[in-house]
Amino acid sequence: MKHTSIDPKNNPKPIVELNDVWVAYDGKWVLKSIYLNCYTSEIFGIVGPNGGGKTTLLKVILGLVHPQKGSVRLFGDKPDKNGRLEIGYLPQISHADQSFPVTVLDVVLMGLYNRIGLFHRPDRRSKKIAMELLSHVNMADHAKRPFSVLSGGQRQRVNIARAMASKPKLLILDEPSTGVDSVAQEDFYELLAKFRNEQGISVMMVSHDIGVITSYADRVACLNVQLHYHDEPDSCFSTDITKKVFGEDLKVIVHDSKCATCYRSHQNHD
Amino acid sequence: MIQNARPVIAAIKTMIDMFRFEFMQNAFLAGMMLSFVLAVVSFFVVLRRLSFIGVGVTHSAFGGVALGALLGISPTLTAIGFAVIVSNAIGYIGKEDRISTDTAIGIFFPLAMALGVIFINMSDQYNVDLFGYLFGNILAITRQDLIIIAVLGGLVLLSTVMFFKELLFVAYDREVAWVSGMPVAFLDHFFLTILALSVVISMKIIGIILVSALLVIPGAAASLVTRRYNSMIAFSIIIALISTSGGLIISYYADLPSGATIVALACLIFFVAFAVGKLQK
Repeated sequence: MKHTSIDPKNNPKPIVELNDVWVAYDGKWVLKSIYLNCYTSEIFGIVGPNGGGKTTLLKVILGLVHPQKGSVRLFGDKPDKNGRLEIGYLPQISHADQSFPVTVLDVVLMGLYNRIGLFHRPDRRSKKIAMELLSHVNMADHAKRPFSVLSGGQRQRVNIARAMASKPKLLILDEPSTGVDSVAQEDFYELLAKFRNEQGISVMMVSHDIGVITSYADRVACLNVQLHYHDEPDSCFSTDITKKVFGEDLKVIVHDSKCATCYRSHQNHD
Repeated sequence: MIQNARPVIAAIKTMIDMFRFEFMQNAFLAGMMLSFVLAVVSFFVVLRRLSFIGVGVTHSAFGGVALGALLGISPTLTAIGFAVIVSNAIGYIGKEDRISTDTAIGIFFPLAMALGVIFINMSDQYNVDLFGYLFGNILAITRQDLIIIAVLGGLVLLSTVMFFKELLFVAYDREVAWVSGMPVAFLDHFFLTILALSVVISMKIIGIILVSALLVIPGAAASLVTRRYNSMIAFSIIIALISTSGGLIISYYADLPSGATIVALACLIFFVAFAVGKLQK
């Protein structure tokens, strides 16, 4: 398959491998024939319209959604085995639980629970580790504050500290820019780049907002039920595939120079 | 000085007076122990937004009590079986994509009640005080009940303390908790089981229909006045203690049903906490 042939020379072993993955909800396909490899130390961005299956794709990788067809490998193993413990996961910011009664420090400590183990309470050492993680994201001064009073950008930073607590090899982020102003967004993506450069962490993130992602991601793919890679414009944006995938109601995916091809090809097609 | 102290002394005297009766001693002891159990369980019920499961599980205990009456065995025993099975069945079926937990409760809650009515109809002898189980009966608490409450309530509290941080994480975000290696499925069923046990040990004094209130109100009222989980638990326990002890005292002197008085007082505290919370903003 052409989709999987992304620079295999430099990074021989993918940490995430999806082969011909199909997922349906209520008899409707939300993911069709997804081939995806993610390698060490890369920021992999996935963009696409709402309802295009972005969150579902992440949940397949995390083992939260089981595909009807196809195989998923996470660090060479099935995702619901221990592979998930190598992942730091940031779900979409939920506005439902803004009042959850925990402090900033409590949230970061949660990321350490698995390491602390059953029947043990967080001790001074765990708290020290949590404080160090908070200072990495410039949130140490807020440790004692209730999590619910923070701004969107501050919560994002605390959540990333929580996700980093398990020393993950891969960060999976779902719409990380939701509710975060543009300055805080830039800081946030700089932070991700720092993690990649200094610790060799891979990042997979999805967003409907292509703007920032393209400037920080090493690779970008478009997802609308099927997955298309931007660095293979010929295979992705031929009128044939555009017609087949985006159909008549292509509205999004027009955001920058890289994406313009797919917009134009659609216009031409019309 | 002495004159001022007189009404206080008089009040204390009547309080002591109240405890001349063994049933009041038992009721008070039971109420104190249940306050700790229900307060801690309600903390998680509120954080996990499971109030309606509380209603479903409490009513399923009715089917169990009726079965005990039919078979002529301890209603507490059959109620434990019924409530534990029904609450876990709600959790299991509610996991299906196509059926929400809400729907699962809406099916099992009337089913357990229906079975209860059928069992009552089938049994000819009417030796169990069903009304007492439904609405609580302060006179019904025996020494044996106290032992059951102490053992099962202690078990619920001890195991909750053991899994506290994991339960907190799952309540915070179950998917993140799962990815982080928390045993989410186990914790779900564990919580439903302790919920069922708390309901059964409370039904004699507070009543099946009314106990669902105490699975929600202490935690809900506490969440209005604090943003930290440890103080939320502390407030929750204090609110439950005031409700049960105050409710029992009022019900004794005003000759009112104990369960209803306890719940009414708890609701009053909730409204006060709500008003305080509004004023703080």
